[in-house]
Amino acid sequence: MQNKKRRELLIGASAIAGASMLPSIAFAQSAKLRVGLMLPYTGTYAQLGTAIENGLKLALDQSGGKFGGREVDFFKVDDESDPAKATENANRLITRDKVDVLIGSVHSGVAMGMLKVAKESGTLMLIPNAGADAATGALCTPNVFRTSFSNWQPVHPLGKVMVDKGHKKAVFITWKYAAGEESLASFKEGFTAAGGTVEKALFVPFPNVEFQALLTEIASIKPDAVACFFAGGGAVKFVKDYAAAGLKDKIPLYGSGFLTEGVLAAQGEAAEGLFTTLHYADSLDNARNKAFRSAFSKAYKVEPDVYSVQGYDTGLLLAQALDKVKGDVGNQKAIIAAMEGAVVDSPRGQWKMSKAHNPIQDIYLRRVEKGDNKVIGVAWKALEDPARGCKLG
Amino acid sequence: MDIATFLIQLLNAVQYGLLLFLIAGGLTLIFGIMGIINLAHGSFYMVGAYLAWSLSMHLGSLWLAIPAGIVLSVVLGLLIEWLLIKRLYRLGHLQQVLLTYGLILIVEEMRGIVWGDEVHSVPVPDLLSASVPLTDTLSYPVYRLGISGVCIALAVLLYVLIQRTRLGMVIRAGATNREMVQSLGIDIDLLYRFVFALGVALAALAGMIAAPVSSVFPGMGNQVLIICFVVVVIGGIGSVKGALVGALLIGLVDTFGKVVELKVGHFRLLPELAGMSVYLLMAFVLLWRPAGLFGKRA
Repeated sequence: MQNKKRRELLIGASAIAGASMLPSIAFAQSAKLRVGLMLPYTGTYAQLGTAIENGLKLALDQSGGKFGGREVDFFKVDDESDPAKATENANRLITRDKVDVLIGSVHSGVAMGMLKVAKESGTLMLIPNAGADAATGALCTPNVFRTSFSNWQPVHPLGKVMVDKGHKKAVFITWKYAAGEESLASFKEGFTAAGGTVEKALFVPFPNVEFQALLTEIASIKPDAVACFFAGGGAVKFVKDYAAAGLKDKIPLYGSGFLTEGVLAAQGEAAEGLFTTLHYADSLDNARNKAFRSAFSKAYKVEPDVYSVQGYDTGLLLAQALDKVKGDVGNQKAIIAAMEGAVVDSPRGQWKMSKAHNPIQDIYLRRVEKGDNKVIGVAWKALEDPARGCKLG
Repeated sequence: MDIATFLIQLLNAVQYGLLLFLIAGGLTLIFGIMGIINLAHGSFYMVGAYLAWSLSMHLGSLWLAIPAGIVLSVVLGLLIEWLLIKRLYRLGHLQQVLLTYGLILIVEEMRGIVWGDEVHSVPVPDLLSASVPLTDTLSYPVYRLGISGVCIALAVLLYVLIQRTRLGMVIRAGATNREMVQSLGIDIDLLYRFVFALGVALAALAGMIAAPVSSVFPGMGNQVLIICFVVVVIGGIGSVKGALVGALLIGLVDTFGKVVELKVGHFRLLPELAGMSVYLLMAFVLLWRPAGLFGKRA
């Protein structure tokens, strides 16, 4: 704090004097906003890291290349989706690169490592994807905000959707890891509340993609429907295996929307007709989304996805808060207040920040039609994560 | 579990085991004959899957993509052996691990540059796209049965090649005493280059025929690498027969570990610990036979 005040003094001095060498260096250093990007640029999640960064940069471009009137210097680290390296990488960005804002990451384990560091150092941190419930639950922190979702959110409305369609007995299948288990807990809660019963929860060790044994198990249980949480390559394989085993027409499959995000082309015919719930859909019919999509595809020559939207919203939130304090990152209290009160005009629809610093957002019901996640309607209006164990606000 | 379900699970187990053998076979071959620990084996599996995807798009069918992919992967294997691996024969295992680990990183990066980071899928060829109904809810894809058929055929072919042909005899002799074979006027360097390429081609072939059922995605090789090492260690390092038995055992333990419920007191052992079952199997086998089921004792 003391340092920052002195630096501001120097800025003032240099603006007046404008001659001395030392103050002019100090000016150059503090004039630009230092943003640390800790994202996966290699490995399984490489595509997601790039999508998030592009979304963020689009938001920056659209606010004239500046956040709060200040140009931005990015400090990028490839987090390799490796939780073991998370603390060290975050520490390096904060102590060596002296970033004003830390942004990351995709993998929940990495984000939790970063959160620990941000909590200790008090650095402002924004999470553009990782859904670990605890980040805006038991471990919520005043200086940490999430612009994506909590694992609890996307699957929670699924139970009600299924009961409304007459499915009372369901089997849930997922990977045995944090996101899978949190999704199961949330689904169970929503499904039971709507009057359904989870007959059995089936787990595949992560990131194993050998589903055949469990598909046989599902066929012998014969539930009314199956709900699942898978993403990426595993999602492609699961959806295809489910169809190939002849189950698709007999036991309807539902899922968290990540099941069909960015992988529909690979899933092909096997995914047709699947119902999923998520906080976004490519074909969401609103002017904001259309403008975003055309600007994004023009800038990066690829179609944006839910991850690009989350990156974009991270930029929108940052722009909004920094504009409010006129770029004065030293005034963290005001920045936090601005973020807490923010209403983000996102391509996914307007959302507000919850007390626990997680988006309060609409969850859409989507159906795969001709290789597109077509929006059927809003499955749950303004869904707020219960933020269990969070004492903020 | 009723008898029908049990039999289907048994089929699942054998089918998975055979696919594992196909991948692990090349790994154990390269180690057993050349003494090289090849960590990049999983990467060649991934390359195979990506080759199946891109070649079948360009050539229009998986039937054409597979032979073309085999040729390409043999060339890749020859090239890597000539460029890198041949320098390792006189060095220790640590250097081998270091170099082949480096290869993993290089292959992964090249994959990103050449093919990108997206998830792809390869369509199952029409001829094998049908399913056989097993119960009123479940049917079995013919393609999976086809994979098992190919695996069995390759197991037989490998056995005949190594145990029953003159070439196999020379390979086995080379594994026992490299210098002696060389002094008998046989170009052992060329032979090893061939064996390494064969191992790479086996991994790539496994990737190619698994591509339609497993989908094609970054990092897919690292997943199979670990389980392949478990197969090879259980079977006895270097033993092709051991790899077959080990792979089938893993198939059984993995499949039934996921679906059988086992309780000890109040603690649910299975399927809670299904992720560990294959490693526990490995630990027990090693306690009982430290060199693996068919390994040569040191």
